Amino acid sequence: MAVRATEAQTSVSRIRRRGPLEARLRHGREAAVHGALFLCAFVSVFTTLAIIATLLEETVGFFREVSIVDFLTDTKWTPQFKPQHFGILSLLAGTLLVAIGAAAVALPVGLLTAIFLSEYAPSWLRSVVKPVLEVLAGIPTVVLGFFALTFVSEDVIQVLFPGTKIFNAASAAIVVGIMIIPMVASLSEDAMAAVPYSLREGAYALGSTRYEVALRVVVPAALSGIVASFILAISRAIGETMIVTLAAGATPNLTWDPLQSVQTMTAYIVQVSLGDTPQGSLEFRTIFAVGMTLFLMTLAMNIASQYLLQRFREVYE
Amino acid sequence: MTVTQAGFRRRLLARKATAVGFVILAIAATGVGIAALAVLMVDLTREGIGRVSWDFINAFPSRKPEEAGIKAALWGTIWMMGLTAAFAIPIGVGAAIYLEEYAPKNWLTRVIQTNIANLAGVPSIVYGILGLTLFVRAMELGRSLLAGSLTMALLVLPIVIIASQEALRAVPGSIREAAFAVGASRWQVVSRQVVPAALPGMLTGIILALSRAIGETAPMIMIGALLFVPFTPDGPLDRFTVLPIQIFNWAARPQDEFRVNAAAGIIVLLAVLLTMNAAAIILRNRLQARSRG
Repeated sequence: MAVRATEAQTSVSRIRRRGPLEARLRHGREAAVHGALFLCAFVSVFTTLAIIATLLEETVGFFREVSIVDFLTDTKWTPQFKPQHFGILSLLAGTLLVAIGAAAVALPVGLLTAIFLSEYAPSWLRSVVKPVLEVLAGIPTVVLGFFALTFVSEDVIQVLFPGTKIFNAASAAIVVGIMIIPMVASLSEDAMAAVPYSLREGAYALGSTRYEVALRVVVPAALSGIVASFILAISRAIGETMIVTLAAGATPNLTWDPLQSVQTMTAYIVQVSLGDTPQGSLEFRTIFAVGMTLFLMTLAMNIASQYLLQRFREVYE
Repeated sequence: MTVTQAGFRRRLLARKATAVGFVILAIAATGVGIAALAVLMVDLTREGIGRVSWDFINAFPSRKPEEAGIKAALWGTIWMMGLTAAFAIPIGVGAAIYLEEYAPKNWLTRVIQTNIANLAGVPSIVYGILGLTLFVRAMELGRSLLAGSLTMALLVLPIVIIASQEALRAVPGSIREAAFAVGASRWQVVSRQVVPAALPGMLTGIILALSRAIGETAPMIMIGALLFVPFTPDGPLDRFTVLPIQIFNWAARPQDEFRVNAAAGIIVLLAVLLTMNAAAIILRNRLQARSRG
């Protein structure tokens, strides 16, 4: 009996003695884990800062030698020839031509797909179509570029418009459009799925057809989410690189004719990095100035799209 | 009375006709995406399938198109995927755990969260410029596998973080409360209860992120992955090429024989990607079945 009591006493005192130490150890380990996890999250902030610092440093160097007015107003872009011209407008025109063409393909098709999936399709059909669109979204852009060059340009555009050169903005724009269809469809469908069912039921009760419910009730109610998906998709189109590098050509061209060969900002950056332009030269610095322009454009669009999505969520939650 | 009834009937008929017309339009639009994918697959298969063979997979690039193969590119892709996963998975999952399970609701957390959403939208070529300046030049890693993988890890990090956050958010709060109630510390709750429950969802996101990394071309061109590599890399500091670059190299040449090689390379690349996508979909379906059951 007495022995047992001593045993019990020692074990109790052991708990008492070890208690604070273990608690301290546990506390220390918890703090270390907390810190390590915070650092992981902070890598993303570091990435953004590094992108801005990288682009800014060389862009400032570039604008010491080239006036910003020339950069924004000159209509010629010929950094690799004399006389050198650094007018981003012709690269911007190529970029916008492809992006607008892609939007003309993807926005109506993507939105109609979203309406069909959200308002009409039975669930078995939805569960077939959505993975197919996900596969389309996952096709690497270099593959789409090859498709744009060897099929859309050679077998479609050149047949429909004889005499068109193999490199043209139209074939790139169509395929970039195909690339962003899944994005528009999936994000717009999410927005429509978030519209409360009572709104639809109210409209049906008033005698609306399904088409009227979809187009006059659901789409307007989901509008900010739909517009957000449009902006995000166009921003993707602007930043797209391999399709335009392979299919749109390499001639900076201030034109609105989609059958012409053009060069986008992204394709120019690839062209310079593939060539033997010496690093540190003014010609090489152009890619940072162009990259900065690209970064700012897409960033502005992404922020606008997020703002719209946030407003949309506030309305229905 | 009869006049307005007739008028109503006419309008109703017109409304029903518009409705039918709209359904046809919507179905046609849904078909566009599917048809585009089908045409792409058929066209590439027709062009390249004859060239896919063991010799093609096991040969180095060559100036003679009929002798050229993708051995160097395939090994480069495998190396790069492994290294990218080694960097991106721990950091991405760690960041997601921090944001979902630890972060206080303050301005810094909001900044980090907004920032991740923005990073997901930065064009991949901008990551290439970052990789070239930071890893290749400033850290003097050269145009190595390591520099390429670090660049790719930064690029896919937002995807891994966002997917992992969604998976963590789907774990019911009751699991956490039960674990806390029996005296578990926060890390014990997270590491032994929450993460295992969220694992299938996280894996799906990770697989999709890695399949994005396998297909990316532009950033690898920027950091200077080689166009012509007649060797397989032996370590992380070796120079390298990857499948998309090999495809780009062949696709950009005017000769038809090289284009056939490009199509064959694409078939191999797509086979790898579709396998990964299928794995992700199966995982997700399992997950859905389990959460229902």
